[in-house]
Amino acid sequence: MIHFTDYKRPTSLQEAWELNKKKSNRIIGGMLWLKMSHRPGQCAIDLSGLGLDTIEETDDAFSIGAMVTLRQLELHPGLAAYTQGAMKKSVEHIVGVQFRNCATIGGSLYGRYGFSDVLTLFLAMDTQVELFEKGILSLADYAAMDYDRDLLVRVIVKKTPLRLAYESVRITKTDFPVLTCAVSFGQEGLRTAIGARPNRAKLLWAKEDMVQNGTIDAASFGAYAQEMIPVGSNLRGSAAYRKALIPVLIERCCQQVGGDRT
Amino acid sequence: MNLSLTLNGKLIQDDIPADMVLLDFVRRHGCYSAKRGCETANCGLCTVFLDDVPVLSCSVLALRAAGRKVTTLEGLQEEAAEFGAFIADQGAEQCGFCNPGLMMNAIALFRENPDPTEDEIKAYLAGNLCRCSGYEGQLRGIQAYLAWKKENRP
Repeated sequence: MIHFTDYKRPTSLQEAWELNKKKSNRIIGGMLWLKMSHRPGQCAIDLSGLGLDTIEETDDAFSIGAMVTLRQLELHPGLAAYTQGAMKKSVEHIVGVQFRNCATIGGSLYGRYGFSDVLTLFLAMDTQVELFEKGILSLADYAAMDYDRDLLVRVIVKKTPLRLAYESVRITKTDFPVLTCAVSFGQEGLRTAIGARPNRAKLLWAKEDMVQNGTIDAASFGAYAQEMIPVGSNLRGSAAYRKALIPVLIERCCQQVGGDRT
Repeated sequence: MNLSLTLNGKLIQDDIPADMVLLDFVRRHGCYSAKRGCETANCGLCTVFLDDVPVLSCSVLALRAAGRKVTTLEGLQEEAAEFGAFIADQGAEQCGFCNPGLMMNAIALFRENPDPTEDEIKAYLAGNLCRCSGYEGQLRGIQAYLAWKKENRP
């Protein structure tokens, strides 16, 4: 169990950023993973007072505050419509309602956890993150970065027209996933994000010849992803099992995103 | 550090350590229905309402609840007693340790969705683990309660 000797609820992002410069201080999101850490922290920095707990929808994008909970994402009608139900599907197996009322999108994406369903789904959309110091960058770039002391302020999902599907495999319903897969298909092309590899989710674009005249060649795309996306072993599954699952989940997602499959 | 919040309708002020979690806070103030089970945020035994939303009190810093409304099973006596009778009728608990957490989350479900399907009940309560019952009795108790509520709805 983590220990703190101080608690601060900053009233501005600047103040939060200043507090977070000190290495022994910790920003708390949902605190679900952090609380199991044994590293003692000096000061818990709570972003609850910064109004980052809302989802704003415009004609072009969703702007999601870092303190928005996974349950808010699950219940948001605009996100449900835009993602064709994939938003709910990606979080509904994460433990339980009470857990999802605590866990935040900021904590999930900042952590860039290998097991993250959230990171997998958001990678497959046109997602950017807004950082206090570095400004706006793509989630794909952020996911590849090392951890630093910058603040994740909000997540921006552009409403690029696309078809989206999400699938995961779990040994038991509310457990960590063995493998996660999101596929999106739009004018920019066909892409997949594969997570729980068991490392951080990875994004892969299909080759041009895998989509012809709106027809997805799911088998080739699955085989390509199997070749290009490295997987490993952990307690939940072997690398060989994960490798075998990749084309299966891609095929299932491709069936949902449409295009006449070959 | 000083904390002021409303616990089961009563304003509470206390001086607490910065890292005290809400679970320890409510138990310190006599609300023993909330329990520490898994300590990994998986079992649902510590479920309380924070501003009427069910949360895992083992994973919420007590100071985060400053100025807010916290409700435990002790604060839902009438609602809980009514529903609890249906759980008891089905013999749906053995050791009973998980029961307060289950009841809190089930009440949250009834408030959010007064007429849930069996799948919706199972999905909502997926975060409440019970190692005695196998969940069938609990499900029967919930369905019997909902049917009774429906019949008696004004």
